[in-house]
Amino acid sequence: MVPTSYYLILSAVLFGLGVVAFVFKRNVITIFMSIELMLNAVNLAFVAFSQARHQSDGQVFVLFVIVVAAAEAAVGLGIIILMARNRQSLNVERVDLLKL
Amino acid sequence: MPILDHLWIIPLLPLLGSALNGLLGGKWPNKIVNSVALGATGLSFLFALEAVREFLTLSPDKLPFAPQHYFDWIVAGSFRAGFDLQIDQLTIVMLMVVTGVGFLIHIYATGYMAHESGYYRFFSYLNLFMFFMLVLVMAANYVLLFVGWEGVGLCSYLLIGFYFLKKSASDAGKKAFIVNRIGDFGFMLGMFLLFRTFHTLDFTTLFAAASNPAWGHEAWGQFGTFTIACLLLFMGATGKSAQLPLYVWLPDAMEGPTPVSALIHAATMVTAGVYVVARSHILFVHSETAMVVVAVVGCATAFFAATIGLVQTDIKRVLAYSTVSQLGYMFLACGVGAFSAGIFHLMTHAFFKALLFLAAGSVIHAMGGEQDMRKMGGLSKKIKYTYRTMLIATLAIAGIPPLAGFFSKDAILLSAFQIEGGHPLYAIGLLTALLTSFYMFRLIFLTFHGKPRYDEHHVHVHESPWSMLGPLVALAVLSVIGGWIAAPALWGGTDYFASFLAPVLAAPQGAEALNEAAAHQLEIILAIVAVASALLGWGVAYWLYMRQPDKPERIAQSTRPVYNTLLNKYYVDEFYSALIIKPLMWISTNIFWKFVDVAAIDGTVNGIASGATSVGDIVRHTQSGNTRSYAVWVIIGALVVIAVIFFWPALRPVVGMVR
Amino acid sequence: MTPQLAVFFVLAALAVLGALNLIIQRHPIHSALSLIVVMIALAGLYLLMGSEFVAAVQIIVYGGAIMVLFVFVIMLLNAGVEERTNISKLAGIAGIPLAVALLGFLAAAIARSNESAQAGFESSTLANTKEISTMLFKDFVYPFELTSFLILVAILGAIVLAQREKS
Repeated sequence: MVPTSYYLILSAVLFGLGVVAFVFKRNVITIFMSIELMLNAVNLAFVAFSQARHQSDGQVFVLFVIVVAAAEAAVGLGIIILMARNRQSLNVERVDLLKL
Repeated sequence: MPILDHLWIIPLLPLLGSALNGLLGGKWPNKIVNSVALGATGLSFLFALEAVREFLTLSPDKLPFAPQHYFDWIVAGSFRAGFDLQIDQLTIVMLMVVTGVGFLIHIYATGYMAHESGYYRFFSYLNLFMFFMLVLVMAANYVLLFVGWEGVGLCSYLLIGFYFLKKSASDAGKKAFIVNRIGDFGFMLGMFLLFRTFHTLDFTTLFAAASNPAWGHEAWGQFGTFTIACLLLFMGATGKSAQLPLYVWLPDAMEGPTPVSALIHAATMVTAGVYVVARSHILFVHSETAMVVVAVVGCATAFFAATIGLVQTDIKRVLAYSTVSQLGYMFLACGVGAFSAGIFHLMTHAFFKALLFLAAGSVIHAMGGEQDMRKMGGLSKKIKYTYRTMLIATLAIAGIPPLAGFFSKDAILLSAFQIEGGHPLYAIGLLTALLTSFYMFRLIFLTFHGKPRYDEHHVHVHESPWSMLGPLVALAVLSVIGGWIAAPALWGGTDYFASFLAPVLAAPQGAEALNEAAAHQLEIILAIVAVASALLGWGVAYWLYMRQPDKPERIAQSTRPVYNTLLNKYYVDEFYSALIIKPLMWISTNIFWKFVDVAAIDGTVNGIASGATSVGDIVRHTQSGNTRSYAVWVIIGALVVIAVIFFWPALRPVVGMVR
Repeated sequence: MTPQLAVFFVLAALAVLGALNLIIQRHPIHSALSLIVVMIALAGLYLLMGSEFVAAVQIIVYGGAIMVLFVFVIMLLNAGVEERTNISKLAGIAGIPLAVALLGFLAAAIARSNESAQAGFESSTLANTKEISTMLFKDFVYPFELTSFLILVAILGAIVLAQREKS
């Protein structure tokens, strides 16, 4: 029997690491991957809660999250390809056309 | 009784004339402007005559004539001040003076101002002045009177500064208005006090309540309500009627055109103060302190101004100081309880002073604009009509019988003598009469007699047109016969004037003190003394300016300090400037401008603006265009939301969690 | 130490190490492979919790489709070692404190919560897949249809975005 709070802590740690990666990495693809990591952490929390309460709602929601993550990854990567073609660089700090 | 029901016509006609001339007169030729202005004033005079006639034929049960309420102006709680006009004997006297003399001066002005630019503007202002003055004398409550009071001050400012391109003229206009305002401050405080005491400012109600003997000695005492109220009202009167210490504007007011000096600063506006004191006589009579103050101030002013007038060289300045002096006489009369004598002197003074000013204007016009008497001389043969009328006026003001001035001045001096402790006042008044006679005849001799002291080739002395001479003659006639309606019993006439005013003004106090015979004898003695002093003044002037023309210069040399003090008007203007004006300017500049306005107010407003700019400057860093910092802001936002959710349960509905 | 707990710790350590590796690695392809490790570990955790359907979906969709997509894109774009630039100062300064704060909050929240900390779970009485599918097609049928529409839109978007410019 693994206590639910262990899963939650793991989820929190993974989420935190995802945030760190999101803030500190410069490659845009890596940043995208950190978003996926955060989503996974949240999924873990959902499933943990769902099993703790013996309801399936959490898992159904996890399915939806995965589907949306897939769609988002597809479109996002399309944008990244365009961005890479335009700026000739995958460094997110080069995307600064809005800067004064 | 048509007119008595529609008293509003009398003031409103000049207002209409003023509006027409002001709005449309710019495009009209002088003739039309004349007709409008003269028509308005003339009609007003005729209606006033008609009102007087109707009033005199009223059956006695309708007297006193109730004030007519035309519309409610201020209604606040239980206080009501309306556009109420009344007519009683005192109003009738003022009404006749204002409309009659005013009309004559309007006629004169058509000739005098004929070549001035801004002709229509002048008549517009003049008619406006008539409106306000009529409102003032016909008002049935203090509030409406104050409206007229302020209005004549405004018109005085406009007319003194008529030649507004000349700096001295616009300065003089400002000075007049500001000094008036100081007096008006006192007047307003007086009104407030009266309202607080009596809860009404209607004349009839207020005076009826004030006559109630239940007020007692406290209210009448030295610091009682009546005294303070009267002194405050008198403060306003000193401003408007140019008494000490607020007289300084009147000599400067001579910058205005001569008809203005005649109408406003001789016959009508400056007499408003005397009118107010006479109208409020019930209040004044109950307060001995106030009466003493009025009498002393009036007497002191009369003497003070007369001394200054002795040495002035500008013809209009002499007349200005003479006006101040004569107004002092009127206040002296009121102060000793002889209100009807004061009003009588007001009336006769209006006649001869207006005549003096108009004649002086005629002289100036003849001399092509010269006002300095030292550059005149020998004009008596060249401008005969002007000379003769001015001489009549001078005889009147000096108090030579049987002209008007003699009777009025005599009445005042008699009352001053008869009152308790009045002998010093009488003495100073007599001395002032001597000085008056002296400087007026000095004026005549310097201007009209002797050898011409001007270049006869450059100045072509010509008589004025009849539009200017006509009013002079009319006023001269009035100056001669004007006094006969108040000839005391002594001289064979009944004192119509005092008995006429008796229903309004109580009989002069102290007159019943002596029995008949002694009274008669006293009157004769005092009259002889007064005439003697007048003749003495004439004699000294004659000797100094006709027989020994270089004597005055040598006297001036030998008494140089005194002479200079008089010539410089006792340095009063400089004193005020140093004591009041300079500190005020300093405070205005350094405290109110530099500190309050620039640093505090502007600083605050600008500070808020620059604060907004700085905040914006800081916040703009969130929009750096840099994706990574955007990412950080997202995290920060998420953190804030989470923190709120977990640590501040009360705000959960705000964040969207509903539980 | 029950066997389940041991398995949990192993899988959890794997996941955390994978995540750390994602941060530490400089080449994106290494980060992608680390992420795959994390996902597999998570799938194991789902299995441990008894949600076999979710575990399967995680492997198939996440690991098999999404991460493959990531790897394809990395290879397509020839992503290299990322260069060192330091333009955003805010990220540099505020990053670590933010992460610490975030973790702190979450930890505090978990510690505060009244969740049945000791109640683990029991094997579900119903078959997991059956239960999920019942719920999906009965209670959540509308969102289900919407997600299919969403996928359609995403496909269209991806195609439009990835076109070469008409030269």
